[in-house]
Amino acid sequence: MEELEKTTIEESKFEKALKSGKFTITSELGPPKGVDIEEIKDAAELLRDVIDGINVTDLQSSVMRLGSLTCCHFLKEWGFDPIFQVTCRDRNRLALQSDLMSAYAMGIRNILALTGDYTTTGDHPQACPVFDLDSVQLLWAIKTLEEGKDLAGNELTQKPSFFKGAVVNPGADTEASYELQIIKMKKKVSQGAQFFQTQAIFDAEVFKKFMERIHRENINVPVLAGIILLKSEKMANYMNKFVPGVFVPEAIIKKMEATQDKASMCIEIASTLINEIKPYCAGVHIQALGWERHIPAVVKNIK
Amino acid sequence: MILTEFKPIEEILLKLREEKKIFIIGCGGCPEGANTGGRDVLADMKEQLEKEGKTVTGILEIDFLCQKALIRSRIKPRFDEINNADSVLIFSCGIGVQSTAAVLNKICHPALNTTTFGGITGMWQGTERCDTCGNCILDYTGGICPYSSCPKKLENGPCAGQSNGKCETDPERDCAWELIYSNLKKIGRLDILDQFIPPRDYSKILPPAKLRKSKLWALDEEEMT
Repeated sequence: MEELEKTTIEESKFEKALKSGKFTITSELGPPKGVDIEEIKDAAELLRDVIDGINVTDLQSSVMRLGSLTCCHFLKEWGFDPIFQVTCRDRNRLALQSDLMSAYAMGIRNILALTGDYTTTGDHPQACPVFDLDSVQLLWAIKTLEEGKDLAGNELTQKPSFFKGAVVNPGADTEASYELQIIKMKKKVSQGAQFFQTQAIFDAEVFKKFMERIHRENINVPVLAGIILLKSEKMANYMNKFVPGVFVPEAIIKKMEATQDKASMCIEIASTLINEIKPYCAGVHIQALGWERHIPAVVKNIK
Repeated sequence: MILTEFKPIEEILLKLREEKKIFIIGCGGCPEGANTGGRDVLADMKEQLEKEGKTVTGILEIDFLCQKALIRSRIKPRFDEINNADSVLIFSCGIGVQSTAAVLNKICHPALNTTTFGGITGMWQGTERCDTCGNCILDYTGGICPYSSCPKKLENGPCAGQSNGKCETDPERDCAWELIYSNLKKIGRLDILDQFIPPRDYSKILPPAKLRKSKLWALDEEEMT
């Protein structure tokens, strides 16, 4: 039988940056609760020529919003390089495969495969939690599509080709969860993960230790460290209490408390942290949570 | 009754490929009624395994494998044979595999898939839950069912939502993967976690109508007419 034609979308800007060995920077945007895409355009414009790729969250925190795929499509039209976040919470394997192919047909190559938060954590707690696939199986599904087949073994008319990423949490707080993060990370690599973005970190030592461990494990996939722009001490305390895997050290909270100019302190904290961890990772993923306007200043401070 | 069906022998042999010595345990409750258990079935499996060059260190039938106290008392006299085996092959529903795994420090392979609850269940009064999904993978997950224990039904490891060993859905709820890890660590088999588990076959979750029949269902129908 004739070999299936492999379609080629040009390597994305993000992929090129990572492969070039340059310190790569991504950020993320959350689609609006509504149908007005201007909001996301305004936020994206603040990042033009500042970063290498923009993640678009997929109904983040299980809150119903405009779709990730649609926003990725618009970002692409406006000249940005979107990273399509795909969770397993809301779609079964038919819909997931179909959306992945749709993304490719629209020229979107970068995928970030995630499990997704549980339904009861969001604004539709009554919804059916799907989780037909888990994040490792989602990567496997992408790999299978790239081989020109669907999960049922049926042939596709063309082979798509993606740039696939996954997430890992360097701050897991029990022996079991830490070891399982490593085990799962290895499974993700064996199922085709080409880059990782991490859960937000604030403690450079924790991150360094994690990176040393994965090098010992021979995991040689580029890792972008997750950086959250801290807006206030209140936000830090909230995250310490409610966001699993995120730990803001007391020293940082004290710094935030002591200042009136939260924005300048936010930029200082983020840039200091990034410069500290820079030798250990391939780049950073900055989550600004509405403070996108401060990202250029953070990036400018990177040495 | 909890209804079960045989896993294909190819699947069982694949599970046991690394193992030489096997101990067989059968439940004398529901599987006897469903013709997936009983002395003949267990003896037949012994023969098949021996034909494959394996040693069966012993066979034990326990009336209700869903009862941990009963399992504990019945395995005592057979402890050497069990200890001598590389793993245990179990003919029971998912609850029986879970409760046996909770008692033994051995990998417990399910020989059956659990398909549906029909009528009266056995004597089960424990904490174990079976999803009756027809895709039993309890030997890959240390005798903890990821389908009934993890709200996201994750087969390849935990999400990042757990905190201090508890689930993101409920701070009182243990993270299933925390339990899976600790069980497999206890028996020195963390290596099992390196395996990729493909997605579950949901076509098996709807049992055929004939499997939903049981004596009790028949009685219900009798009363209605």
